[in-house]
Amino acid sequence: MSQQTKKGHFPWKHIIGFLISIALTLVAFATALWTDWSSSTIFIIILIFAVIQAALQLVMFMHMTEGEDGGLISGNTLFGFFIAVVIIVGTYWLMTSGHMHMSM
Amino acid sequence: MDLKWNEFIITGDPLILGAQISILLGSIAVVAALTYFKKWTWLWKEWLTSVDHKKLGIMYILSALLMLFRGGIDGLMIRTQLAKPGMEFLDPQHYNEVFSTHGVIMILFMAMPFLIGLINYIVPLQIGARDVAFPYLNNLSFWTFFVGMALFNISFIIGGSPDAGWTAYTPLATNEFSPGPGQNYYLLAIQIAGIGTLMTGINFFVTILKMRTKGMTLMKMSMFTWTTLITMLIIIFAFPVLTVALALQTFDRLFGSVIFTLQGDGNPMLWVNLFWVWGHPEVYIVILPAFGIFSEIISTFARKQLFAYKAMVVSIVTISVLSFLVWVHHFFTMGNSAEANSFFSITTMAISIPTGVKIFNWLFTMYRGRISFTTPMLWALAFIPNFVIGGVTGVMLAMAAADYQYHNTYFLVSHFHYVLISGTVFACFAGLIYWYPKMFGHKLNEKIGKWAFWIFIIGFNVCFFPQYFLGLDGMPRRISTYTEADGWTGLNFISTIGAFMMGLAFLIFVVNIVYSWRFSPREKTGDAWGLGRNLEWATSSSIPPHYNFAVLPEVTGLDPYWDMKEKGLDQQKNVDYKPIHMPNNAATPIIMSVIMGAAAFGLVFHWYWIGIVGGIGIFITMIARSFDYNDGYYVSVEEIKETEAKANK
Amino acid sequence: MAHDHNVNPNAPLEYQSETGRLNITGFWTFLGAEIALFSTLFASYFALQARVGDGPTSNEMFEAGLVMIMTMLLLTSSFTCGIAIHEMRANNKKGVIIWMIITLILGAGFIGYELYEFVHYVHEGVTLSTSAHWSMFFILLGTHGLHVSIGIGWIILLLIQLARRGLTPKTASKVFISSLYWHFLDVVWIFIFTCVYLMGMVN
Repeated sequence: MSQQTKKGHFPWKHIIGFLISIALTLVAFATALWTDWSSSTIFIIILIFAVIQAALQLVMFMHMTEGEDGGLISGNTLFGFFIAVVIIVGTYWLMTSGHMHMSM
Repeated sequence: MDLKWNEFIITGDPLILGAQISILLGSIAVVAALTYFKKWTWLWKEWLTSVDHKKLGIMYILSALLMLFRGGIDGLMIRTQLAKPGMEFLDPQHYNEVFSTHGVIMILFMAMPFLIGLINYIVPLQIGARDVAFPYLNNLSFWTFFVGMALFNISFIIGGSPDAGWTAYTPLATNEFSPGPGQNYYLLAIQIAGIGTLMTGINFFVTILKMRTKGMTLMKMSMFTWTTLITMLIIIFAFPVLTVALALQTFDRLFGSVIFTLQGDGNPMLWVNLFWVWGHPEVYIVILPAFGIFSEIISTFARKQLFAYKAMVVSIVTISVLSFLVWVHHFFTMGNSAEANSFFSITTMAISIPTGVKIFNWLFTMYRGRISFTTPMLWALAFIPNFVIGGVTGVMLAMAAADYQYHNTYFLVSHFHYVLISGTVFACFAGLIYWYPKMFGHKLNEKIGKWAFWIFIIGFNVCFFPQYFLGLDGMPRRISTYTEADGWTGLNFISTIGAFMMGLAFLIFVVNIVYSWRFSPREKTGDAWGLGRNLEWATSSSIPPHYNFAVLPEVTGLDPYWDMKEKGLDQQKNVDYKPIHMPNNAATPIIMSVIMGAAAFGLVFHWYWIGIVGGIGIFITMIARSFDYNDGYYVSVEEIKETEAKANK
Repeated sequence: MAHDHNVNPNAPLEYQSETGRLNITGFWTFLGAEIALFSTLFASYFALQARVGDGPTSNEMFEAGLVMIMTMLLLTSSFTCGIAIHEMRANNKKGVIIWMIITLILGAGFIGYELYEFVHYVHEGVTLSTSAHWSMFFILLGTHGLHVSIGIGWIILLLIQLARRGLTPKTASKVFISSLYWHFLDVVWIFIFTCVYLMGMVN
């Protein structure tokens, strides 16, 4: 991608990304509201959809991997996701097990 | 909030009255001196609005020394109160306030800025850069830190200090059990300073990754730069957790949410969890740069390259990941499931492995080295055995089952003072003395420095070693007094003697600064110790010019300056200078930070309109910044030639 | 900053100056911090999700239609923001401004609906003080909403600068950075939509 990209060049990448995002949103919505699966099954399915959609935005809309620092930026963001998982899973685990669980 | 005006300024305590009078007199003296010597413009232009990383570094260090004094006084007051059973030096409320502010100040307003100050001054030099990636942001970081610090420190004269411990555990810290402004001060002051720290984290992370001089690959960086890089990475991912935790508690206290409260089905333990999700990485934030400083000093004064550089790098990178996986060891006794305690017990023991690796690296660096026993080296040598004592007791605490015995006793108090003082504080002293000639153009007097060192080391062990036994004997932390029948009298008295020895050593250190400023010979070269290994010593004059390097150095291996000296390349003559681009000074950061401080001060007392007006003010300064397209200026070749000629004389 | 003359004319405009490149990398680093910030909010929300006290549960309050409208507004704004950057790379200043204004209108619509939702809840008696669950709901959503509002203000400022100064390496990097911020807020919303709303309606 350079400045020389000719004017009016059709933004296929963005349109495809947008359509997939809408599809994922609708499918997640349908899964959550119109199925009678167990809530943990639903959660896992729609969480996977969410992660795919997030990755799509990062790569297709935000151009995470481009530029001379693409590797650095991607690495930093992935470390961010690692931290996110640690904080969320760790906190949830600690706050809902052990004595916490009994007090609820 | 029903705050009576006569409660606004704290009255009735002779200790606080004394502090109030001395602060007032001190302020008047400073203002008078600045006016008399017509230094206001100089102060504003050369220092307060400067974006020079070296000047910001010095301002950080001066603030940190001031806070070491304040936090030290708090510590001495604690020890005085505990010297004998039934002392009435501090009442229990005042005692609670003093140990709370002691903790906050020593960690957040002493250790952090001291290390960030050294990092600011040294790291850009070590990577051969002329400034940091975001000089404007650097100034803003300093001012948000400074304003946060100021806000925290006025609490004890206006409104009252926080008194729920430095950890501010809920429900104790909720409105129900801690009414009054003290805890609000804690939340808002740390919030503001924390934002500054986060900006420092981003700034130096990008600086180190993007601004290194030609040839300096990641594996050719100095160890201090490496530890700084990893520290900044930890800051970037740990400080937002603190930001959120503080914001949530602020909402509980100011806006009526029920997150950590006992009402509304809140969960006080969530605060404890979030505090330590940040709190444990924070421990590594204050210890990793210290490891870097010791690595520099040990390798310099042993005249050897750091042993097993790669193992050292691997171990600090491992720590960056593991430091986020151990936080539960701060609250094993909170009632977590056995699985949770076991998991975090194991990760905690695992993190001591990379730390142990480093100890051996330092020992093998010294092995068969020709060691010069300078003062910085003495601090580094003292660090190793003392830190090992702290580390080993840490592994004892890591065992969840055993921790039920040690938890909240003086055993723990002693453990974290052993790691934080012999790690961080020794490193701050060592680093300051080591780089002092780089900052001020002359060394600190070695003889006085050694007196300070020995008195401090002995005092430190006299103070804290007995506390292990007090802890094993069942003395809980944070009690304001005890009885003769408890049997803790003798050890407590010894401990207090040690504390005052440390105080004395600090005074000697300050005397040394003044003495050396008057009498130490001025340095003539950039390499004050004659043994420098990294690029900070490669500048043309003892204090680097504002652009650091007239010509950016090129690097071919580890210890680049040592390499240059061996090849005779350290004296650059007849080089072709080019104009140097430098950033402009910035006045908005100090204005923005002061407005932020004022807004927070209003919120402390529930004067919401001040908070709103302040918020608008902050946005206005941000908008002003957004429209500022000033791109800096060029230093002319003539000016460079003139400066360099002066330096090479 | 000390290498400002280091310009690469073949890269997209926003990457051409050293300052632009540093700012973009710096902003991505900041987004890393934002990930940690929102994770902590999510973690707290999950930890307190079941703690509704005497108040209602999510299921009793959420309205699927409203959530869907908000989601579509923000998702579309993320798309139009991407098109604005696409236009910027085609060096079309007018295109950037038009698509960014569309983005802002969609963003303002999102904020409007969010405010409506909050006011509606308050009228129903659900406030910040109702229960730990609702405290965290308002703070998590409010933090996101505040980010979007700041983004709207910020992009307006940048559009004024763009209109005045045209597309330069400096304005381009600023606009590019604001687009990163905008997309990131959509990424956060995806998780709010999934974990707060959808899961709230499942239970």
